[in-house]
Amino acid sequence: MPPDHNLDDYVDAPGAHRHGGPLRVGLGGPVGSGKTALAAALCRTLGEEFDLAVVTNDIYTTEDADFLRRNAVLPDDRIEAVQTGCCPHTAIRDDITANLDAVELLEARHPGLELVFVESGGDNLTASFSYGLIDVQIFVLDVAGGDKVPRKGGPGVTAADLLVVNKTDLAPMVGADLDVMRRDSAAVRGGKPTLLISLRDEPTAAAVADWVREQIRVRVPA
Amino acid sequence: MTAALLTLADSRLPAGGHAHSGGVEQAIAMGVLTDAGSLTTFLRRRLATSGAVAAGLAAAACGGGDLAALDAEADARTPSPALRAASRQQGRGLVRVGRRAWPSAAWDELPALPHHAIALGVAAAAGGLGPRDAAQAAAYLSVSGPATAAQRLLAMDPLTVAAITARLAPEVDDVATRAVADGLPAATDPLLDLLAEVHATRKDRIFAS
Repeated sequence: MPPDHNLDDYVDAPGAHRHGGPLRVGLGGPVGSGKTALAAALCRTLGEEFDLAVVTNDIYTTEDADFLRRNAVLPDDRIEAVQTGCCPHTAIRDDITANLDAVELLEARHPGLELVFVESGGDNLTASFSYGLIDVQIFVLDVAGGDKVPRKGGPGVTAADLLVVNKTDLAPMVGADLDVMRRDSAAVRGGKPTLLISLRDEPTAAAVADWVREQIRVRVPA
Repeated sequence: MTAALLTLADSRLPAGGHAHSGGVEQAIAMGVLTDAGSLTTFLRRRLATSGAVAAGLAAAACGGGDLAALDAEADARTPSPALRAASRQQGRGLVRVGRRAWPSAAWDELPALPHHAIALGVAAAAGGLGPRDAAQAAAYLSVSGPATAAQRLLAMDPLTVAAITARLAPEVDDVATRAVADGLPAATDPLLDLLAEVHATRKDRIFAS
């Protein structure tokens, strides 16, 4: 028989920040909503303050990683791409092995690492990260996907620690009502924050960067 | 058999196997694998070669063999560097979940990045299973993961793929039985080695191997 042990020892602690080492921030959301652009913006904005790295989960393994190299001023040894075997959702939620390997590799390579972004492959509204992989997660929508999306809900929209609605500059062109998106998000998110941004108008993603700073601050009391 | 064997062979065990196609992605790219018939042939070849070797290694590791020596035996039976890396990557994933699922001192005797079959043998022992069970899991996993990969990549009918895997059961059993009775096999398939080496150089792969 297998050795007896107390399952309680393995029950996950509630809330965020249960992982040691760098803060791990999941970036999820549908295809084209701006996950990689947001990751690049956050790397540029926070790169001087924090020792950071990125894990990408692309359909093909180098597309997003190449974008980050060009746009985030991140050297190759701070970007790890993992293969998801046609199942981007599985790789961030149901079997996180490859992503854990990538995070641990980055930690080993950069012992002072303070922040790791794990960017999911583009998926649908049911996609969310396992808290076995990340500490906090950001779900990225865009205005052009329609102002009904927050109302439709799904785990990404309702449960993410931060909801980001990107491309607000497109709202007049696609007939999206930002007030509706703001109101519907608040209704389904039980008090968790939502930020409406436009990376085109404000390429530093300052509001999102502030939120990430706060996650690091509350995790490591001064 | 105990239920631990079902857990060990379950494709949902989060050990990283879902991202490995066992050569299927490259076999499809090269036109070797195109349909149900060629998938069956591919899986048979895989079972008879790398499946049989994995079954023998897993059984020996489960049965109290010298783990470092068996790991070296696995290296010697895996000429392709890409396949050695894929095996060690999956071994690491299995150790991660196995330690949590079945705590045992045996995990500490493994090398840092063990071959998957060696980790599988240790997991089986830690879960209260015997060498025949370990061989069974190794033989089954040598075909179940690649079958699923083919289903995804070719958009095959999942019922057909399930039937193919199910009908290989007698052969899977036979491989497991012989793995215990005959000692470590040394079967190899140059096609699988070639597929893995070409696959590893591709920039556009969806699977890790």
